[in-house]
This record gives sequence, structure tokens and C-alpha cells, in this order.
Amino acid sequence: MLELGIKEIREKILKHELTSEQITKAYIDEIKNSKLNAVVEVFADALTKAREMDKKIASGFSGKLAGVPIIIKDNILVKGKHASAGSRMLENYIAEYTSTVAQKMLNEGAVLFARANMDEFAMGSGTETSYYGKTFNPFDITRSPGGSSGGSAASVGGNLCAAALGTDTGGSIRQPASYCGAVGIKPTYGRVSRYGVIAFASSLDQVGPITKSVEDNAILLEVLSGRDENDETSDITPVANYTAFLNKDIRGMKIGVISSVEKMMKGLDCEAYYNKMKQFLTKHGAQLVPVEVENMELALPVYYIIAPAEAASNLARYDGVKYTFRDKDARNLEEIYRKSRTQGFGKEVKRRIMLGNYVLSSGYFDAYYNKARSLQAKLRADMLKAFNNCDVILMPSTKGEAFKIGAKVNPVDAYMEDMFTVSANITGVPAISVPFCMGKNNMPVGMQFLAPHFEEGRLYRVADFVEKHKEGK
Amino acid sequence: MEYDVVIGLEVHAELKTNTKCFCACVNSAGQEPNTNCCPVCVGLPGALPVLNKKAVEQTIRAGLALGFNINRTAVFERKNYFYPDLAKAYQISQLVKPICVRGYLQVGNKKLPINRIHLEEDAGKLVHSNDGSTLVDYNRGGVPLIELVTEALEEPHIESADEAIAFLEKLRQVYIYAGVADCIIEKGQMRADVNVSLKPKGSKTYGTKVEMKNIMGFKSVHRAIEYEIARQKDILDDGGVIEQETRKWDDDKGMSFTLRTKENSEDYRYFPDPDLLAVNISEAEIENIRKTMPPLPDQLKAKYMGEFGLSEYDADVLLQFKNVSDFFNECVAEYNQPKTVCNWITTEIMARIKTETGAGPILISKQNLVWLMKNVDNKKINRLNAKDVLSAVWGTEKSAEQEAKARNLIIDIDTNALDEIVNKVVLNNAGVVAQFKAEQDPKILNFLVGQVMKETRGKANAGDVMAKIKELTK
Repeated sequence: MLELGIKEIREKILKHELTSEQITKAYIDEIKNSKLNAVVEVFADALTKAREMDKKIASGFSGKLAGVPIIIKDNILVKGKHASAGSRMLENYIAEYTSTVAQKMLNEGAVLFARANMDEFAMGSGTETSYYGKTFNPFDITRSPGGSSGGSAASVGGNLCAAALGTDTGGSIRQPASYCGAVGIKPTYGRVSRYGVIAFASSLDQVGPITKSVEDNAILLEVLSGRDENDETSDITPVANYTAFLNKDIRGMKIGVISSVEKMMKGLDCEAYYNKMKQFLTKHGAQLVPVEVENMELALPVYYIIAPAEAASNLARYDGVKYTFRDKDARNLEEIYRKSRTQGFGKEVKRRIMLGNYVLSSGYFDAYYNKARSLQAKLRADMLKAFNNCDVILMPSTKGEAFKIGAKVNPVDAYMEDMFTVSANITGVPAISVPFCMGKNNMPVGMQFLAPHFEEGRLYRVADFVEKHKEGK
Repeated sequence: MEYDVVIGLEVHAELKTNTKCFCACVNSAGQEPNTNCCPVCVGLPGALPVLNKKAVEQTIRAGLALGFNINRTAVFERKNYFYPDLAKAYQISQLVKPICVRGYLQVGNKKLPINRIHLEEDAGKLVHSNDGSTLVDYNRGGVPLIELVTEALEEPHIESADEAIAFLEKLRQVYIYAGVADCIIEKGQMRADVNVSLKPKGSKTYGTKVEMKNIMGFKSVHRAIEYEIARQKDILDDGGVIEQETRKWDDDKGMSFTLRTKENSEDYRYFPDPDLLAVNISEAEIENIRKTMPPLPDQLKAKYMGEFGLSEYDADVLLQFKNVSDFFNECVAEYNQPKTVCNWITTEIMARIKTETGAGPILISKQNLVWLMKNVDNKKINRLNAKDVLSAVWGTEKSAEQEAKARNLIIDIDTNALDEIVNKVVLNNAGVVAQFKAEQDPKILNFLVGQVMKETRGKANAGDVMAKIKELTK
């Protein structure tokens, strides 16, 4: 029962073969016994909410997520619930309002029953920087689930929920989804509202679903998407019917491959899996088309300038004055700021705040921030041009399989984890990671597809085909 | 040594809008602390700003009123600094692409260039309590604010404290007339930062400028500038060097103190706010605002002095307060005797509404005032009686006409009856009349007129009476 996804659970509940309370309780029990440390908190009212939903369903309600237990990442607000973004700084913060994404899921009958662990303020690629401890990979607990949405991905891969929400600023949905054998999408920037999602880097952050199947992913993204008056950057483009893109073949589909990306793969495990995917795609009638996006390798440094810059500003509000952690020994304003932030933030967060403030400071602004912005514009233009000649672009999601816990000692090593994922954030296009094969250590490996802005449907078409026709299916 | 004084102003004014700049909270002061705020203006995690279009419109209106060019694309940026009244630890402001660029304000015979007007959000307020603790009130946080920056490094520029005040007063007048801001100084709705530099008389090279912040009220601005000019003069006369710094004006002590020097000046790390889209302003939108621009003080002054033939002094008095000139315009529309209307308003009305800090409401309807003016001019009521009626109806719902009738003040005595009374008074005061014939003393004439007026209970026209007495005593 635990391995069921959104679609099956909803169907079983509507057919009275299962109640929301039963499945929610089963997941809660599983979480209690789990060694993954994927979940920070099971909400105290989870079963009450599930029972209420059962009653509502009994009286005829049949929302798209009716009765389905879903876990949200610890940076997504639900009124009255704690939201800590994996940080000591927000350990005692209780949301004053509900995020748009949570509200949309609640409207469709979801039971949001727990919050998932994450890298502190989503800064990390291994769920190792959380104040609430490391999360472990459900396929091998000596390995990382990836990050920053590692708690969400581990919960899905470890069958602790039907589905989970993550956020993706540089790869934080796709990389952990790849490591945990789950489907994860980073939607087009502006597709999903950011209102009520604790910001990391505002121009790059997107919320997206992490699910057990491509179909579940399409169902959930359809619920999450759409213009929100509370978020200026949310787009008015109508939301497509994503499930309509499923169960199609890929014959004639033009799959773009980028030489600068292939160069980046040299010597990495992913090269073999990538080549295998190329064979799979051609075998099933898709056409591989070389497209050029120059200097794709620069997406990573661009990202590590823009994201910390925005983060430094976004995280300045956590100052010890209002609702955050405050050092009790602080004797004056200066000390409130200094001591509270020194103790409230972890090492990686402080590193990025310093990095961000450095690139924004006078004298360095043009050399770093402005240069990064102009490179971003160039990459974006190149990416758009590339899509003139192909439907989707193929890339690895990750360098290889999930790394061993504690293996990333050097921060730049950890930053390299995002090398194949950041380009989608930098250019704003949607990208999906779909489980493809098992790696040399018998760990799941995902492959990534990118599509033009607002063409998530194409991603679901190809990912659904891969899911249904890959080796072993 | 003689010096040229160069003064620059940064003027903040709170815009008149229904809601705050980036959220749906109402834009009005006076609530209990922290009751007029929401997740957005308190900067809670996950909250996002959404631009109030009306604030942009008002900024454009302010710009057009001051002859500004309007940028077709404006960008909001974050100004990052820590202070407890700044909930997000950054202020949403504009640096590189403000809404208005390059305008001017005519002050006296100087056309003073203005560098820019940009839109930003106000911060909250710190409330220091007696026990030494400090509380924060975020009600004002997020209120739309426009910042105007003068162009001090060009000719002409502001050269004295008096000119600075004249600039501020004129600017305030323009904002109020354009309807963009109420600019109530006491409520902090208009605030000015000042920078001052001195250079040897005639020198082309500008001196080091010193900024002064936190000055409440125009009088204090005047004092602070005078103080700063004197301070710099002393230093320069002694062969010293002016340090680039920001000083804080202490009005009680009448002195300013160093707040921060150049070395520890803030680096605000401005960058475009990724939560907000660039603002695109269309030609049509600008034209629309231009078309609905209310008449501005300079236009009204030209009309008052040209078309209406008023003196500059009278025009200035009328224009000092917008409710006064509005009332004047309405009354003239009803009764096309601008000079008469001006006289009544600048004397009778002003005397009743002028307060220490401004002007109160006008508590008489234009119908009542027009009735009184018309009937004085038509000799249907005596001026003195008319003033009594004005007093009686002021602040009430009463009609002036009915009040005058009730008090039996309408001049309705016919010529024969008046002749009879005049004859009677002349006969009864034969001695006085003889004295007047001999001495032609106007005091004696006034006495006789007074006697007639008494007999008629003020219902005759004094001028007519005087003419008749003169006729009889020739």
C-alpha cells in the first residue's frame, strides 16, 4: 500500500477500497520507523485532517488530490504550522498565512501531513546542512539523498508519502529525485507561484512536484500551476492539460544534444548512462539533433554569483529582531544582529551570504553581478535559439549515482553537483529528471530533459515514454 | 574669506494612495501600533511585494507637475541595510532607472534643476519607551514615498537657507495642488535631508559636501543649514579641511553631530529586486495623467494676476492654502468679481481659518458668501451688518439671506422715507449742522450720518445718506 502514488490512492479512496485516514496513518507509522530522517515533523492534526477529508469525500467531494497524503518541503508555509527551512534561525517560526501552492493542493483535497527535511534555506546538494540533521538515501543509508529537497525525494523514494513538494533553485528537485529514484520537475520560472515559499534566490526559485510516476507528476503540477495575483513573477500563460501528453510515442521527436554539455561529462559516470539514453531514444524513433549552447559550463559560476547575491538580501530579514532566533545574551542592537545571525545560521548559509554581499558590494558589482547577468542573458538567448531546432534537450541530471554521506568536504565539490541542473534555472526553462537505470553501485540514476518555456507537456511526453519503455519494464 | 554656498536637497513625501506601495494595507496614519500591516509589509518569510499601480501614477503626476521626463521603463531595486524599522532589511527603492528624470522648480527668479524623483517604500517607526526599551511600529512600513533629489552641481542652485526653505515651500505647494501628497509636516509626510558645501567665491571647483539627516520641519532645516554654513566657514577660515560625512541635526541643542564619516559609510549593495517586474509606462498613460492634472500654483497665479488683475501679494495669499484658492475659484465662478471675492477671502475668511501651522477648514458655503458679497455690492446690506451675518452663519447650516432677514438688516427703506429721516436729523441737530457748514469737518459729517443710520436701524446705505446730508447742508 505504501508504494502507491497519487493516482492510485485517490482512485482507491473514491472507490471506498481505502480511506485517507488509513493511508495517512500507514505513512505516519512508516515515518516513525524510518531511519532516513527525511521528515522534520508530522503535523499533530494529520489524522484529524485525513478523517475530515474522508467525510468530505463521503459527501461527494472528488478533488484531483482527494485524500492523498502529501509531504511538503520545510520552506513551504501552511498557516499555523512550523516552517523552518532547515534552519535554527526559524526553529520556532509558525506560518501566519498559507502559501499559494499549499492552498491549491488543499483545495483539491490533499492531506498535507508532514514537512520534509532540507538543506538549510535550500543551500546544499546533499541535505547535509540542515539544522535537523542529515537525511539518508532510501536505497543505501550510507549515501546522500541529494539536496536540497533531499527530505522530499527520500520520502517519495522511501515510500513515506504518496508524493512530495520540493523547490528547485539550481537543481534541488531534479538532483535528489535522480538519486532517490523519483520523478522531479522544475517548472518554467513563473509557472508556479512563489507566494508563501521561503525565498532562497527569488529569480531562480520554483516549486515543483517529486513523485513516484510521471503521471502523478503531471497531475500534481497541473494543480500547482497558474497565475497568482500575490506573485508578480507568476505568468499568465494558460496552464496546459499535462496528462494529455502521456501515453504517446516519441517517434519523430527531435531531441537536442549539446556538445558543450557532452564535454562536461568526460570522465564522469553519467556519460555511460547518457549514451545509453541516446541509444534508447533513437531505438524508439526519436531523432537526435546536435544543438549549440555555447559555454554551458559557465551556467554554474553564473549561478553561484546570482543565487548568493539574492540570497544575501533575502536572508537579511532574519535578524534576531522579530520572529527569528535571538541570542539571549545580546546586549544591544549590534549584538542582536551579530550574535543571532552567527548562531542562527549554519556554515554554508553564512558562506553564501558573504559571497552574495561580496559580489554586490561597490567596486565588485560590475565585475561579478553585472557580468553574471549579461552571461545569463547570453545563455538564455542561446538556449531559446537551440529550441528552434529541437523539441527537448537531453542532459544528465547528475554526475552519477548518489554520493556517500560526508564525501563532499570541499564546498566547490558540492557546488559541482549542480553542474547539469543549473542551466534550466539560469535560463528559466522547465526541466524534468526521470528515473532511467541503475548505476554501477546499483543506485538509481535519472536523466534530464529540458523544454522551451511553458512546454512542460513535452517533458511529460518523453519522460512518460522513458518510464514505460526503459530496460526492465 | 568669502564663500559661495552650494545646497542640495533630498525631499521625501508620502504619496496619497488608497493602499500601501506593495500590499493591500490601507495607506493612512493613526492606527494602533502594528495593526495596519500584513505579511508583505512586515516582510514575513515567503511574502512577496505586488506593485500598487496608483503609486506609480502619482509619481508620474508629481514628475509632470515639475516638468520631468518620464522613463518608459522603470526598475525597482533593493537598498540593503540593517535597521529594526526596516522589516526586510532592505528597502524597495529605485537607483538606476527611476520613474522621473530631469525636472525643475521655479523659485522666485531661479529655475532650479532637479535630478530625479523615484518611488520607494517608507520604513516603520521606532518608539523609545521610558524604561529604555525600544519598540517597533510597522504601520508606516510600505507606505509609498517619493524621493526628489535636486541638482546641486549645476547653475542655478540653492545658495542659502532662505532659498532652501522657499524651494521646500514651493515644492510642497506643487505636490498639494497636483494632488499627489498632503505633505503635512507635523505628521512627517514631508521630510528633507540637506547637503551643504562651500567654495571660495567664484571658484569653479565644488567643495566637499556634508549631509544632514533627520531634520524635522522647515524651521529646523533653516537652522541646520545656517549652522552648517557657519561651521564650515570656521573650519575653512582656520585653514582646515571639510570631511565628507553625514551629520545628525539636534534641534534642541541647535547643533549637528557626526553620524558617520566616509570611511564607514554604508554600502547599500543595490540590485534589481527579483520579486518585481520592470514597470513599463506608456505614452498614453502619461498623456492621461497630463490631461487630468489639476491647475498648479504658477498657472493659477498667472491667471489671478493677469485675467483677474489681483496684486501679486493677494495672489500669493490666496494660493498659500489650496482649500482657500479652491474656494476662491468656486466663488469667482458664481460671482465674477475677483477683486471683491479676493478682498473678502483674504480678510474675513483667512482671519477665521488661519492657524499657527496652516489653515483650517472654511466653514461657510460659497452660496452664503456670494450672497453677502452681492448684496453688499448692490447696497442691499451694510458691510458691517454683512460681516455680522457672516459670523452668525459661520460653522452652521444657516442661510445668510434668511439670517439677514431675520435680523431685519435688508436695506429696503424707500427714498421718500429716507429723505424724511434725513430732514428730521438735520432739523433736530441745527447746532451741529451749523458747525459742519462752517468747519466742513468730516467727523461732524460722520456723526450726522450715524444719527440717520441709527434712526433707520442700519437699513440705509451710508454712502447714500452722506450724499443727502451734504446736499442739504450746502
